[in-house]
Amino acid sequence: MTNSTLQNNSSAWSRWAEEHESQIRSMKLTFYTLSRSPLSVIGFVIVALFLIVALIGPLIITHPEDVKGSVHMDLKLRAPGSAFPFGTDDMGMDIYSRVIIGTRLSLQIGLIIVFVAMGIGIPLGIIAGYMGGWVSEVIMRITDIFLSIPGLLLALAIVGVLGPGIKNAMIALSLVWWPGYVRLVQGKTLSLREESFVEAAKSIGASKLRIVFSHILPNCTSPILVKASMDMGMAILFAANLGFIGVGAQPPEPEWGAMISVGRNYLPDRWWMATFPGLAILLTVLGFNLLGDGLRDVLDPQSRS
Amino acid sequence: MKGFILKRLVLMGITIFGLSVIVFAISRIAPGDPAKLAAGPDATEEMVQVIRKEYGLDRPLVVQYGLYMKGLLNGDFGRSIRTRHQVWEDIKNFLPATFELVFVSIGFSILFGILFGVSSAVYRDKWIDHVVRFFSVTGVAVPMFWMGIMLQLLFAAKMHWLPIGGRLDTMVHPPAFITRFFLIDSLVTGNWVAFKNALAHIFLPAFVLSFPALASITRINRAEMLEVLHRDFVMNEKAQGISNRIIIFKYALKNALIPTLTMIGLRYGWMLGGTILVETVFDWPGIGYYAVAAAVYSDFQPVMAVTIILGLNFMIANLLVDVGYGFLDPRVRYE
Repeated sequence: MTNSTLQNNSSAWSRWAEEHESQIRSMKLTFYTLSRSPLSVIGFVIVALFLIVALIGPLIITHPEDVKGSVHMDLKLRAPGSAFPFGTDDMGMDIYSRVIIGTRLSLQIGLIIVFVAMGIGIPLGIIAGYMGGWVSEVIMRITDIFLSIPGLLLALAIVGVLGPGIKNAMIALSLVWWPGYVRLVQGKTLSLREESFVEAAKSIGASKLRIVFSHILPNCTSPILVKASMDMGMAILFAANLGFIGVGAQPPEPEWGAMISVGRNYLPDRWWMATFPGLAILLTVLGFNLLGDGLRDVLDPQSRS
Repeated sequence: MKGFILKRLVLMGITIFGLSVIVFAISRIAPGDPAKLAAGPDATEEMVQVIRKEYGLDRPLVVQYGLYMKGLLNGDFGRSIRTRHQVWEDIKNFLPATFELVFVSIGFSILFGILFGVSSAVYRDKWIDHVVRFFSVTGVAVPMFWMGIMLQLLFAAKMHWLPIGGRLDTMVHPPAFITRFFLIDSLVTGNWVAFKNALAHIFLPAFVLSFPALASITRINRAEMLEVLHRDFVMNEKAQGISNRIIIFKYALKNALIPTLTMIGLRYGWMLGGTILVETVFDWPGIGYYAVAAAVYSDFQPVMAVTIILGLNFMIANLLVDVGYGFLDPRVRYE
């Protein structure tokens, strides 16, 4: 690389930095405010750890053959020790390896549920908030009806019809999760519609689509991000709930709730089987909740409640 | 106030209609033929045809929905595919246990949630505030079923302080049926043995079921109390020499209760869902336990019935919350 291209690059960089100065400054402020609150930092660290473990999981497990299920009757029900830090289960599988790989599965579950819910909820919320009229009325009524059925129950009903299994559990939870996003985005869109910058865009003849994509949607990102962070934890928890009652992931799938459901039969003597997957759920949900809380304080201070 | 309640009732009617449509729609997305499912695996083609006619499955969807609604209004929730029992008969047996558990839990979380919230706000940044905040943050994240198992392990299996599950010991005669709530029935009839036994049995499940609700009610009540305590009218009352206790409980709390009430309504719904988990952990013979047992075998009629009943219950709770707003905040009534 010659000197001039380097210089070119750095000037391009500085130009970019100059153009985006306000965004960069607000990002810095976000990180600064976040780092001032110890609980948010804990949340951030837990979530970062969770993501790292999900990413490098296969490298740090000791018994890869136990991930999808295997049987070693000679090793079954061993207490935690040096060979098996979290002990072994009724099939002689290493619980440590399964908890670690469970992270990956949980991340998948959480991401899919939250993204599907956003994919359904955000467009409906914008339509309901921006269009108004009977379209809005219909969307909001349906949303309210869904919100008036306890989520876990509705998910159980859907899985009860589709049949048990991790895939059906994810379908059920996605179908249960979207109304929250409709509510959130509709409320936000309604208030944004009256803002002067939207009025101004309208007055110079911007199309509806343009207004939605370049004025309304960007201003909805903060509350959506906050909700999505909280929901990641909650979706993982709900999938574990379904796994535990036997209609979600089925053993030997390394899903935490299903692992606890099996481990429960070996209480009180073999306490480790139910304890470690439970701690994993607790930590993960706690991490996403704290992070979401911290993000809300920083990104969306008005809606703090 | 009357018009306000009437309006809410009409809205609730629409929502109930929507609930029935959703449940009906879910029962029709079943993979495979519902008539075949109902007839069982060994049924001949003629039997399936008979059932199809009997359940009206050969008619248009709208007619099917009408038949379904007609059944619901007559208390006909269909039959369980697995046990062939009338679902409504089963529900009648299981329902009181669920309501006893849920009512005790919501009462517990409202009482202590407000108590903790107020004391945390009044003693801000003292040790009690720190303890309360720690629990209100972690409480929401604890997986309910896991917490139940761990407490069971500790208090029932290891220490033998509390029973491991169920509503009553098998040795104890259930109290005379009046309300079918064991706690009330045994108290009314003066059956102390049954009362103590029922109380010991409900303690752990109710504690677990109320925990997340307790945490979030505490949290929101604390935040609101903090805000209200800084308003001018509180300052004014202090200046007038009104005692702290009266300011806190009579004036500040009433203002802080409005958002708290929203949270209580929301959490009540979560509790109705959570009862599925807690009943499974503690072998509590309620409709959550019943629904799970059915769902595992894809026996969907009982699950649908439980969804409708608990959904209805949640709607009534929401109505009460709305009426509660009207009571706490007169402005709401005239909107």
